[in-house]
Amino acid sequence: MLNDVLILGGGVGGTVAANLVAKELGEQARVTVVDTTGIHVYQPGFLYVAIGQEHPEALQRPEASLLRHGIKLVVDRATHVDTAAQKVVLASGRTLRYDELLLATGSRTVMEEVPGGAGAHDFYTMDGATRLFKALQEFEGGKIVIGVAGIPYKCPPAPVEFVFLLDDYLRSRHIQDRSEIKLLSPLNRAFTIEATSKLVQPILAERGIELTGFFNVETVDPIAKTVSSLEGETMDYDLLVLVPPHRGQKVIEESGLGDERGWVPVDKNTLKHTRLEHIWAVGDTTNIPISKSGSVAHYEASVAAAAIAATVKGEPPPAHVYDGKVMCFLETGKGQATTISFDYDHPPVSPTPARRWHWAKTLFNKTYWHTVPQGRLP
Amino acid sequence: MSVTIARSLDLKGLSCPMPIIKTAKAMKELAPGQLLEVFATDPGSVPDFKAWAQTTGNPLVESSETGGVFHFTLKKKELLT
Repeated sequence: MLNDVLILGGGVGGTVAANLVAKELGEQARVTVVDTTGIHVYQPGFLYVAIGQEHPEALQRPEASLLRHGIKLVVDRATHVDTAAQKVVLASGRTLRYDELLLATGSRTVMEEVPGGAGAHDFYTMDGATRLFKALQEFEGGKIVIGVAGIPYKCPPAPVEFVFLLDDYLRSRHIQDRSEIKLLSPLNRAFTIEATSKLVQPILAERGIELTGFFNVETVDPIAKTVSSLEGETMDYDLLVLVPPHRGQKVIEESGLGDERGWVPVDKNTLKHTRLEHIWAVGDTTNIPISKSGSVAHYEASVAAAAIAATVKGEPPPAHVYDGKVMCFLETGKGQATTISFDYDHPPVSPTPARRWHWAKTLFNKTYWHTVPQGRLP
Repeated sequence: MSVTIARSLDLKGLSCPMPIIKTAKAMKELAPGQLLEVFATDPGSVPDFKAWAQTTGNPLVESSETGGVFHFTLKKKELLT
């Protein structure tokens, strides 16, 4: 009997894994991807949409165009996973059975969890980024405050990148003299990673971007235009940009596959569900305490794909497991960038910001469509 | 004098900055002068708890390590009068 490999989610993780499983198994399995929109979105581009350096259309392609021939795409929303019957129920009422299931449903943002936060700007969704750019175009000076309203969130360096790109933007409009940028950080440094903080903090100071540490955003008062922290501090703003709290998808929460925030518990090396058989998870979907980023989803997808293919073939699990590899670019403004690389056993390293890293990031963003989804990059 | 811990948090296995955020949330619920103890395994939590205590004014009254588990005791700051 033909094996059914079912993949929920057509983001980076789901798409890479689908292509690799299909390539490895050929006729031995039916590979199906379920995606709610059928549109693949390159989320790292939201940052650029928010400051008017990218168009939303450039970040979207039909998911079907990124999948290998033979992979079936079902545009529908998974509403329930029945692990006993090995079936997934879709919003349309249809059910799909599976022999092996990969959860690549990602995360969702829940700004509504922040009291008073509904009106705050963000660059974590296409709509949020588009609305933020509109507000910036209308901005004629004042205080822009950027804060973090929940951990974990996608792309940990993004708030730091955003303030640098925002500073460039205000300078390009010659309104930096009547504007201030304040970055509120959950810790007493710009970024979780100490080595990277040491590199970027002097640049923040040089640009006149003020860093306020241990300010974990708790509530917003949109009438008084103030934001308050868990630590009991309050700051006023003219324009507020928040990293919204994130959760796993509802189907994970409602099917009892995850923890109280909807993150799926998996082994940090094999990416197999810690309690349930025939289920794997990759990317933002997991509870692994590591960056929620496209690079992680990409690296994990190749590990999960190999494990799923081996299971279908009745072979022992592959020796290659996920080693915690993370690779991020971090824009530092004025056409420069740095990178952050680490894994479970190696602490993060970041090179001195330079133009070549900005070019590398730009090149990666532009060539993404032809390399990553197909599993062409290691 | 005996010391009573008002609340204990097990944050073992969590990585930075989660221990700080969970601690900040728990401290909010305490009354001034009450003690919170925290167990964590992230080595980065040692400097982070020290700095957090200094910045927020909630004294770190004890910090120790046993077999890779860090133990911190924090005191909720008294209200300013």
